[in-house]
Amino acid sequence: MAVLECKELTKRYGAAQALNHVNLQIEPGRIVGLLGPNGSGKTTLIKLANGLLTPTEGEILVCGNVPGRESHACVSYLPERTAIPTWMSAAQLMDFYGDFYQDFRRDAAEEMLKRLEISPRQRIKQMSKGTREKVQLIMVMSRAAQLYLLDEPIGGVDPATRDYILSTIITNYNPEAAVIISTHLISDVEKVLDDVIFINQGQVVLQSSVDQIREEKGMSVDALFREVFKC
Amino acid sequence: MKWEFSNDAPIYAQLILQIKVGIVSGTFSPGERLPSVRDLAMEAGVNPNTMQRALTELERDGLVYSQRTAGRFVTEDQSMIDTAKRGLAERHIQDFLAAMGQLGYEREEIVALLRQETGKEGITDGGAGM
Repeated sequence: MAVLECKELTKRYGAAQALNHVNLQIEPGRIVGLLGPNGSGKTTLIKLANGLLTPTEGEILVCGNVPGRESHACVSYLPERTAIPTWMSAAQLMDFYGDFYQDFRRDAAEEMLKRLEISPRQRIKQMSKGTREKVQLIMVMSRAAQLYLLDEPIGGVDPATRDYILSTIITNYNPEAAVIISTHLISDVEKVLDDVIFINQGQVVLQSSVDQIREEKGMSVDALFREVFKC
Repeated sequence: MKWEFSNDAPIYAQLILQIKVGIVSGTFSPGERLPSVRDLAMEAGVNPNTMQRALTELERDGLVYSQRTAGRFVTEDQSMIDTAKRGLAERHIQDFLAAMGQLGYEREEIVALLRQETGKEGITDGGAGM
């Protein structure tokens, strides 16, 4: 069964069309890049999957359900902006996640924090931007979810941290789960993706596997993206 | 092992090539147990499914074999490793010939140049890294 399914999914903000009759299916076990220029509808799609927005038309199903209580339990979401309470310490944040999510693996989170030499007693407020992003990703990846929705997980961090974040994703996701990574930093994520979805002006313009693109077009996904979205 | 990727070929194909080089050069010795798919994927910074695909193809070619519970091993068949080595060498030579052809060299000139270059002191021992 698809972990995420969109049928004629449409979202309008007033007159602005954010998503226009999107049809897609994401199967478990895949790491999928949701790629598109700014304003193409990536975040709208992710917010719809989380039930933070409701569709204007069409349908979105997450783990077979309309977004709501059942789907929240199976989705682990990393928002575009840091959304964790900054007054908490890393340890309190782990308590918080443990209270909210049955599938939270505290031992996994503790181990990752330790490896990064982040003290559980340190408050989020006192951490650098990069460290905050790492901590939030650690919380998100420490859940044994069926769908991970990561909105720009590598946007604001240095290249070394990017590598750390990507290796955290590939080593910590549950192989029965699907991971969706939205980003425009394609060359950085290309190697970890199974499939890519190109989205432009609210429409899916391409859905393919990374190696299929390289095999058929003889170019990287990054190069293809530049060609498709040439300004 | 150092992993590097170019932009023009599928990633699984590049993984196959690099693991082959690893086996031929002895980074992975005959009969050695390979790290798990996950560990190899993490080391190379690639998707585990892609690494799985590369290993499956190497298995089909016989360069690695899996034992149900013990994991994946490098073949102990030296002739198979030699064949792989020869295949890799031929690729390098074809690429080299193509590049020289593009510069306008004829076969005899290339051979003569090669002789001259390999005859130079310090390179005769084959120490030049390819």
